[in-house]
Amino acid sequence: MKTNRLTGMAAALACGALLGGGVASAGPDDPLIINGDLEIVTRTAAPPHLEGHLDEIRSGWTFRSDDTQALELDDFDNPGMIFVEAAREVWDTPEGSAGKSCADCHGTVDEGMLGVRAHYPKWVESAGEVRTVEQMINACRTSRMGADEWKYIGSDMTQMVALIASVSRGMPVDVAIDGPARSTWEKGKEIYYTRYGQLDLSCANCHEQYFDHYIRADHLSQGQINGFPSYRLKNTKLNAVQDRFKGCIRDTRGVPFAVGSPEFVALELYVASRGNGLSVEGPSVRN
Amino acid sequence: MAEGVKPRVKAPKTAAAGETVVIKTLISHQMESGQRKDSDGTPIPRSIINRFSVAFNGQNVIDVALAPAISTNPYFEFEAVIPEAGDMVFTWYDDDGSVYEDVKSIAIG
Repeated sequence: MKTNRLTGMAAALACGALLGGGVASAGPDDPLIINGDLEIVTRTAAPPHLEGHLDEIRSGWTFRSDDTQALELDDFDNPGMIFVEAAREVWDTPEGSAGKSCADCHGTVDEGMLGVRAHYPKWVESAGEVRTVEQMINACRTSRMGADEWKYIGSDMTQMVALIASVSRGMPVDVAIDGPARSTWEKGKEIYYTRYGQLDLSCANCHEQYFDHYIRADHLSQGQINGFPSYRLKNTKLNAVQDRFKGCIRDTRGVPFAVGSPEFVALELYVASRGNGLSVEGPSVRN
Repeated sequence: MAEGVKPRVKAPKTAAAGETVVIKTLISHQMESGQRKDSDGTPIPRSIINRFSVAFNGQNVIDVALAPAISTNPYFEFEAVIPEAGDMVFTWYDDDGSVYEDVKSIAIG
């Protein structure tokens, strides 16, 4: 019996060695080049407002395994692009009482929405507040198209946001944090550093102090949102930014703010500003 | 007919004679297994792609039988030897009798 057990152990060890040898080294320094020509900045110097907090900002892509990373190298392999294609059809389809489509006002999505994802959330003068892409889409739908609002994190909405993000891929995230957006940004910063829930955790506890560590089986990223909407392998669909915020606060065993609430809009602005300099990457692929 | 079905193929436009090329295919399809029930408890009828075949200049390259446990948007990637210029015809067969087809021409060069 004893011999048997030893043999079993030896076999298990050999197996482990084989597996270890077979896996290529995880390459956080590997460049992300989509479709062979679209270079994505996944690591860069932190924006000035993060001085004393972070030196380098990293896209969530750099924290994922080689296999997951590879899914983003080619649009054909990126499952998020199926949703983008579906949204392309919606873009050209008239809807609502005005009988207008997105294309009627904005032209082609590739030109009309170029750079939009890089600058949102931003101060919208006509609304007198900071708004997200989702809020702008719903404003268009109700006021210009005469159509019903989409749910803030519904699939229609998220795939449209993914389409809008996809045409700006490679452009640096550059949300404005000064001027009229300043007070919202300050509010977002306060939320970021406030501890929530029974576990008494702030965003910063995980994503600033302990990124690149493991929290049980999860490899913590910096919580950058340049890659959103994000296709997650765990739920096989696109995930909206604020859906993830909700999930994170839930994980602290707190009660999340509502999606689209002023608190989450402020937080989205602040978190986006922490990624100023990274490339727009959505729809990204994450685990 | 199942909704939102769209075949996609990624194949090189040119290849050297005798070269082995990688072909990627994906068809968006809900692949309803027939095992699920809707909110009223009524079974949702099975609706899947049950066969996928590829032919190059009339010669069969692969022919796959698909089963209900295969996930949404089935993706196939395979290698094929291209002996001469020609057309690669991709055919997906739906449970409801629909047939979806895509053709890619590959030149020698």
